[in-house]
Amino acid sequence: MPHQVSVFAENKPGKISRITEVLSKNDINIRAITISDSGDYGIIKLLLDKPEFGNECLKNAGLAATLKSIVAIKIDDSPGGLHKAASAIAKENINIEDAYGFTIREKNQAVFVFQVEDIAHTEKILKNAGFEVISDKELYYL
Amino acid sequence: MYFQKDIETISKNALHLLQSERLKKTLEAAATTPYYGKLFQEKKIDISKIKTVEHLKDLPFTTKNDLRLSYPDGMVAVPRSEIVRIHASSGTTGKSTVIFYTMKDIDNWATLVARAMYSTGARREDVFQNMMGYGLFTGGLGLHYGAEKLGCMVIPSSTGNSLKQLQLMQDFQTTLIHITPSYALHLVEVIKENGINPHDLSVKKAYFGAEPYSESTRKKLEEQWGLDAYNCYGLSEMNGPGVAMECINKAGMHIAEDYYIAEIINPETGEPLPDGEEGELVLTHINREAMPIIRYRTRDLTRIIPEPCSCGRTHRRIERIKGRTDDMLIVGGVNVFPSQIESVLMTIPEVGNNYRIVLDREEGLDRMHIQVELYSKLFQGDMKALKKLNKEIVEKLRALITINPRIEFMEPGSLPPSEGKAKRVIDNREI
Repeated sequence: MPHQVSVFAENKPGKISRITEVLSKNDINIRAITISDSGDYGIIKLLLDKPEFGNECLKNAGLAATLKSIVAIKIDDSPGGLHKAASAIAKENINIEDAYGFTIREKNQAVFVFQVEDIAHTEKILKNAGFEVISDKELYYL
Repeated sequence: MYFQKDIETISKNALHLLQSERLKKTLEAAATTPYYGKLFQEKKIDISKIKTVEHLKDLPFTTKNDLRLSYPDGMVAVPRSEIVRIHASSGTTGKSTVIFYTMKDIDNWATLVARAMYSTGARREDVFQNMMGYGLFTGGLGLHYGAEKLGCMVIPSSTGNSLKQLQLMQDFQTTLIHITPSYALHLVEVIKENGINPHDLSVKKAYFGAEPYSESTRKKLEEQWGLDAYNCYGLSEMNGPGVAMECINKAGMHIAEDYYIAEIINPETGEPLPDGEEGELVLTHINREAMPIIRYRTRDLTRIIPEPCSCGRTHRRIERIKGRTDDMLIVGGVNVFPSQIESVLMTIPEVGNNYRIVLDREEGLDRMHIQVELYSKLFQGDMKALKKLNKEIVEKLRALITINPRIEFMEPGSLPPSEGKAKRVIDNREI
């Protein structure tokens, strides 16, 4: 099961560079990044090539960071690609709590990454619906 | 010119006799209460030896904590059936301090407030709009009863709803207002925004209460509204408002010395200080049935003005309150101790021990926001959990201190450490 790193950040200049500095120094690559913001503070989610190590490094640097399990699936990089996946998830009445996607140009494919309450169950449903669920190792080195 | 001429212009000797007489009665009543009964016994205090005001210094002080420890009624000197009302203010660690009143206490208090208002020029022809909170807080009901006793027409409009307040002022030709200074600053802006010159309203006097304000704020409000404002001092432990009030001269507040014996002490040593020297005000209520309180430490810093006042009242005056000897904050009229906030934060494992209270004033209203550090080991990593945590802290604080603070989460280690003299309160309010 893949993981991403969730980091708490006050809404102030220089907060992202503090995180990227730690990752860069420890030779950790960022595959994707999202920021959700609530005004005073935000949560930065990072898809890293070495999430466990990255999480430790950020914590050691004094940041509030934690690992979160995610589901990642491959979808076609074409119109309707995400819709197929979203419909399958909706049909099972599963709520997507937080999501983002990115494309892999050379393969003409896209990856959809999201958080749900019951990861194993969601992975099973998506596999049964014919989607390719990406394993942790594969996701980190795509 | 006077509401009770004999009492207000009483000679020094006659006042001394009256105070000593009332002090004796107060001590006799206090001795019947569980709290003072035990205290006098333990400290081997023979109250029959306390014959005059000068002997008062031989008695121990009473603190807010003593009131809390005797919660709910350890200081009550009359049967429950004689009690007609209670008021309360918040305490340092959750329990309120509660004050009980008999019918006679309520009536005496109303007379006291009426007399104080009269000394500012208020008369029975006046229309009094009371824009203070009613309820457990003494400010609203205290002046309400006083104004009625004086014979004014009272509009119990309470707090908020500025347009309604303005309409009442216009429709009923309000002449006196009772209001917090911060709300007065806001309301005058609302009045101007509605195209009305505040000077054209019939309001001519204001009593500001419930929160500290500076002399320059008084001047500013007097100019903006076109009225005269009178400083008023009181605290719920001593009934509420009316303990001391400025007369028409606006040069210090006359203490109602037939109701209270005022002392100024050195807050460090507890030693009484002579008139004129600045220290902590200590009050003994000598005209109350339900709850005699002896040598109550107000924690308010002031000095007694020894010179006589040209108004002819012989009751001595105190200067405006300069500050406090403890860390109590007054936020929107509510007394809050940082320790209360700390006690709530301690029950939330997801936040660290460091916190900072920031006070601001927006549109005339006090706002409190509390900065807390997240505890990294319990960080859950999503916004939903943080919002839930935020709500939990706000609700717990609201239940305890009745104000609605905004919670600001901080990164671990970003606030000054809890050891040493960390500044826990940042007060940006200018008033």
